[in-house]
Amino acid sequence: MTTYQLNVNGQHKEVNVDPSTPLLWVLREELKMTGTKFGCGVSLCGACTVHLGGIATRSCVVPVSLIGDRPIVTIEGIGQDPVGRVVQDAWVETDVVQCGYCQSGQIMSAVALLKATHKPTDTNIEESMGGNLCRCGVYVRIREAIKRASEQLK
Amino acid sequence: MFSFSADASCNDTRSTSSRDKSADGLAAWQKLYSVLTHPRCINCHTATNYPQQSDDRHKHLGHVIRGPEGKGVPGLNCASCHQESNADSTGVPGGPDWHLAPLSMRWQDSSDQPLSSAEVCRALTDRSKDNGFDGPALLKHHQEDRLVLWAWNPGRRGNGAMRTLPPLTHDEFVAATSRWVDAGMPCPPGK
Repeated sequence: MTTYQLNVNGQHKEVNVDPSTPLLWVLREELKMTGTKFGCGVSLCGACTVHLGGIATRSCVVPVSLIGDRPIVTIEGIGQDPVGRVVQDAWVETDVVQCGYCQSGQIMSAVALLKATHKPTDTNIEESMGGNLCRCGVYVRIREAIKRASEQLK
Repeated sequence: MFSFSADASCNDTRSTSSRDKSADGLAAWQKLYSVLTHPRCINCHTATNYPQQSDDRHKHLGHVIRGPEGKGVPGLNCASCHQESNADSTGVPGGPDWHLAPLSMRWQDSSDQPLSSAEVCRALTDRSKDNGFDGPALLKHHQEDRLVLWAWNPGRRGNGAMRTLPPLTHDEFVAATSRWVDAGMPCPPGK
């Protein structure tokens, strides 16, 4: 076991875990932040997406030992970010969610996209969101919400 | 006459030496080619909009695409999974600035088949296609580039097995590059 100092949503957190523990399980099991979801465990579904050093990251495959001092932002904290707030509002206004299980990952990827590209094309959306699966199939509403959020960003 | 014979003899010697050097360079090139077309190298030298994975060089899972700078796209960057070093506990390889080689440095065709030895050789000797590398720069790249070095430290797969290594050791690879560069970077004939 090793002690790690983490910056999660702007707050200092200390965890004592095995170095091989994926960030996902540090968040969920150690820090009890269960907004980030376990989907496939092999970075193929996007449900576990968080922002690590500003990059949308699949937390299920990143051992805590490789995080270093990079800040972590999760679905619990993304609303503090101006773009994150706009995306969450657009999600609610568009009534995107059906079962909701994948939605925290969807939102984290959408925020990463809109931070890089305020006015994404359909192709931008398809490419950037292509790694986030939704078994309810709400992709049309996800696209609509991203465009709605895009209209709010300058 | 004597003088003429002596000159001819010298020319023959130079010619033979030149032929030997070229043959040695071509032999060294074939060794390089065996490494460049190994999955640890060629999987990220594709001609398509996606990288490949594993020894069977299948299309990268998860809808991963090249992106404008060869680093994926926002929301799905290479760095979304690949960290600065291998993550052996989760089976995800990693190295500094993980990215695809630019399309100008593709070593495959659009059907994911490796280009021929002559084609890859021509690509490496065309500075417009090879990042502006001349011989010494290419040698330095092979000696020091950290993603090149990763090929000899590729980490473990998700099942715990070590990834396969290129057919030469890194030292042999560098030595072969040096011999090829010293020989004037000769390329095999043909397509």
